Amino acid sequence: MKWETVIGLEVHTQLATRSKIFSGSSTAFGAAPNTQASAVDIALPGVLPVLNRGAVEYAIKFGLAIGATLNRVNVFDRKSYFYPDLPKGYQISQLAKPIVEGGALKIQVGETERIIHLTRAHLEEDAGKSLHEDFHGMTGIDLNRAGTPLLEIVSEPEMRSSAEAVAYARALHTLVTWIGICDGNMQEGSFRVDANVSVRPAGQTEFGTRREIKNLNSFRFLQQAIDYEVRWQIETLEDGGRIEQATVLFDPDKVETRMMRSKEEAHDYRYFPDPDLLPIKLDEDWIEAVRATLTELPVAMQARFQSEYGVSAYDAAVLTGSRALADYFETAAKACDQGKLAANWVMGELSAALNKAELDIAQSPVSAAQLGALITRIQDGTLSGKLAKQVFEGLWEGAGEVDAIIEARGLKQMSDSGELEKIIDAVLAANPKSVEEFRSGKDKAFNALVGQVMKASKGRANPAQVNERLKARLHN
Amino acid sequence: MSESSLSALAAQLAAKQISSRELAQHYLDRIAALNPAINAFITVDADRTLAEAAAADALRAAGNAGPLTGVPIAHKDIFCTDGWLTTCGSKMLHNFVAPYDAHVIQRFKAAGMPSLGKTNMDEFAMGSSNETSYFGAVKNPWNTAYVPGGSSGGAAACVAARMAPAATGTDTGGSIRQPAALCGITGLKPTYGLVSRFGMVAFASSLDQAGPMAPSAEDCTLLLNVMTGFDPNDSTSLEREKEDYTRDLEKPLSGLRVGLPREFFAEGLNNEVAAAVEAAVTDLQKLGATTVEISLANSQLAIPVYYVLAPAEASSNLSRFDGVRYGYRAPEYTNLDDMYCKTRAQGFGAEVKRRILIGAYVLSHGYYDAYYLQAQKIRRLIANDFGEAFKTCDVILGPTAPGTAFKLGEKSGDPVEMYLNDLYTIPANLAGLPGMSLPCGFDSKGLPIGLQLVGNYFSEAKMLNVAHQYQRATDWHARAPEGLE
Amino acid sequence: MSLSQDDVKRIARLARIEIDDAQAQATQGQLNTIFDLIATMQAVNTDNVSPMAHAQEVYQRLRDDVVTETDRHAAFQAVAPAVENGLYLVPKVIE
Repeated sequence: MKWETVIGLEVHTQLATRSKIFSGSSTAFGAAPNTQASAVDIALPGVLPVLNRGAVEYAIKFGLAIGATLNRVNVFDRKSYFYPDLPKGYQISQLAKPIVEGGALKIQVGETERIIHLTRAHLEEDAGKSLHEDFHGMTGIDLNRAGTPLLEIVSEPEMRSSAEAVAYARALHTLVTWIGICDGNMQEGSFRVDANVSVRPAGQTEFGTRREIKNLNSFRFLQQAIDYEVRWQIETLEDGGRIEQATVLFDPDKVETRMMRSKEEAHDYRYFPDPDLLPIKLDEDWIEAVRATLTELPVAMQARFQSEYGVSAYDAAVLTGSRALADYFETAAKACDQGKLAANWVMGELSAALNKAELDIAQSPVSAAQLGALITRIQDGTLSGKLAKQVFEGLWEGAGEVDAIIEARGLKQMSDSGELEKIIDAVLAANPKSVEEFRSGKDKAFNALVGQVMKASKGRANPAQVNERLKARLHN
Repeated sequence: MSESSLSALAAQLAAKQISSRELAQHYLDRIAALNPAINAFITVDADRTLAEAAAADALRAAGNAGPLTGVPIAHKDIFCTDGWLTTCGSKMLHNFVAPYDAHVIQRFKAAGMPSLGKTNMDEFAMGSSNETSYFGAVKNPWNTAYVPGGSSGGAAACVAARMAPAATGTDTGGSIRQPAALCGITGLKPTYGLVSRFGMVAFASSLDQAGPMAPSAEDCTLLLNVMTGFDPNDSTSLEREKEDYTRDLEKPLSGLRVGLPREFFAEGLNNEVAAAVEAAVTDLQKLGATTVEISLANSQLAIPVYYVLAPAEASSNLSRFDGVRYGYRAPEYTNLDDMYCKTRAQGFGAEVKRRILIGAYVLSHGYYDAYYLQAQKIRRLIANDFGEAFKTCDVILGPTAPGTAFKLGEKSGDPVEMYLNDLYTIPANLAGLPGMSLPCGFDSKGLPIGLQLVGNYFSEAKMLNVAHQYQRATDWHARAPEGLE
Repeated sequence: MSLSQDDVKRIARLARIEIDDAQAQATQGQLNTIFDLIATMQAVNTDNVSPMAHAQEVYQRLRDDVVTETDRHAAFQAVAPAVENGLYLVPKVIE
């Protein structure tokens, strides 16, 4: 039987506010346990929440960025359950009237573009952390994270493969960091993904029973977890089994999902409007003021890159993978007026070097202006592609500006035909055997001679010119 | 103290006839003598009280005294008080020393008013008789075989027994007004949002409101001036200009339209109470007031609505008591879940658990619309009735409670019977309106009878004016139980 | 409608309150008396009535995004049942 996979994602993005959503505690990561947990955060008797304007503003910004409906009046609810990292015994969240509803995100899988619709995005508070190292058989609770603002972003179940899910998660990650509402740090838990996964026979309209994979904190884990889960569900069904709705965890070491060990009780969260918080009103002036702070978004920039710089849709998507990358590309492209070439260099040589050195674009030793200058020298014939790579290495090492490196290392492409003729003379004289072989019909010998000329020119000769001149000489 | 009204005490302090320390000592002595029989206080800390009184004297000596500086006050044990045990009448918080001051406490401290201690109360303010306190029932000073009312029963009893010249209380469904009525003192629940709830252990957030309790309306006026005011730490605190509630106290009552809700004088009202309230109406008419019959038809549903909404909010508010960060933790348990269940089973008393269960039930899956939402809609209808009524009257008058104080243990076995005590007080909480109780007589057993006034939003000055003029013409509020010593 | 003993146990479980059969039975009776009282509100027609969640028709006030709190964990943990290295200790949490 042919199966279809159905995936919806719920992403918890930590909003990059300085203080918590309902208290004046710092949200900075990594402080000593409970030193950033105020009376409100630890839920002392009698304390009350007061809403952080910054968190609301970030949610508005997100809603505008995805073309969603902003609920002009939205409401906080209490979601009740007992857990030691949830100090009040309820989480303040939004159920019936979330701040953001609808909206869409464009994703790119290979050369294919898709639009994924969002269901909603709501504000809520994060919980603390349970530390399971052994404290005499007990668990330690750190409430520093409790009350950190989250925007939970829920997609429609519109993704049909792990690749699409990853593309969506990446596009979302790009967007929230692009508009500056989230630092995007996945190791620190700033961007956590839950994946709802189900399978159904191809052609069936109703969804299969889903299982929710909790708390995936890397794109690779997201892909692996979904792939495993899909295989497991299909095998289970093909073996005549049934899928029970469940929450599962992904074990990255074993690359498999497993049921949570805690007793899976039927949850009854007893949501009701939080009486300590009043309805939140978003007035038009505020929304417009936030809109004015939105700069060009990835989707608009992709379209512009295609039309202005002639890059492909795929390249445009890659180049707008982050605001910093897009800015880098555009600066380089403008500096050399060579969009396609700049795209190739940014996505090729530069990305490879950055990956190898484990640096991100903001830390690149080669500036966008330098890369632009390098490409200019390729374009005007000063450098061959090969020489350009040597100059790039020089730039990477911090050896100076492009022209200075070319000069200092003698990397200028040979433009003087007299000099080339002299080298050819010398090579032909030194390799009589190859000349003989070529003349007796062995074409391979020609390539050897080209190689010798290139080598003797220290790579500075123009390969096309070498070909042409060598042929002319041998046919004489 | 021959004359112990707040204004008289303030005058004596201002004239340096007495120091704050001496005044505090006087009340501490009285507490030491009477409290064993009344059990109005959970915590008394003479050293702290005297230190605060000494500070008040220093403030006065430095020329920085305010109107009530040096006048001591007792605080309901629901207000978190830095360095003081704050138990909320529960085993759950029997060992909880609050690390911060409630906003109300901050205001009284800023006014230079020393604390005489923390008063007993129904556990988590859930009760109408003060019998649910983990620290034992409070006795009514008028007859110690009777309850003082609740939940601010300790506050009412300590004021009635003159163990304190004034006290703070909180009122979710009548917890200031009903014990004020049963103990023969004056108590006021302000418009919701006038007094910050920050630091007040929450019972039902959308209904809870703190207010003053003292012998007279004039005393309450002075206390209200201290208690009210915007607090940025409470989202439901209202940003309004500060009022001086004394401004209308002396206005004559001519032209005052008093609304008499026919539902408040119907079946279920004790005859002696009805007679006393009707006599008070006559007194007001003599002072120039006219009466108009009004209807608050939906207030008949106030009790069912309240017993959905208040437990729902309470069940959620009390979830934080889990034995993890403060308060009681069961001594023995097998795992985390067992720790929660035992801690909460042992830490909460029967009435609190009952309300938590009601609340969990009405919010649980499949019942929300039928209970919680329906109750919120009827809450709107009840509030609308008041809105209509205030088109034809300035203040609504009726009994505070259907009867006078009942015997200890008389109703504690029957929750519904107990709940019916708040029949007349709950509607004002649901609407968020100000309400007050003032003494208007005694029954044949010598137990006090309370008269209730409900005003429109922010009409506290008007209500206090009415109450004060009534108290100038009567002396019910000036009577105190005798023979306690 | 009335609550069964299973209902009582279910909500006690939700509320994390230990309850044995005898208590559940006693509680069931009390709760049903209370729910009989509550049931009187079911007869009211509330079509087109908007629910009232707050006493005042006002909107949420917003706080500026600034850090105002300082570290007070020592004072807060002085009243905690069990702490170590700044952490609150609880019986082992199993995920």
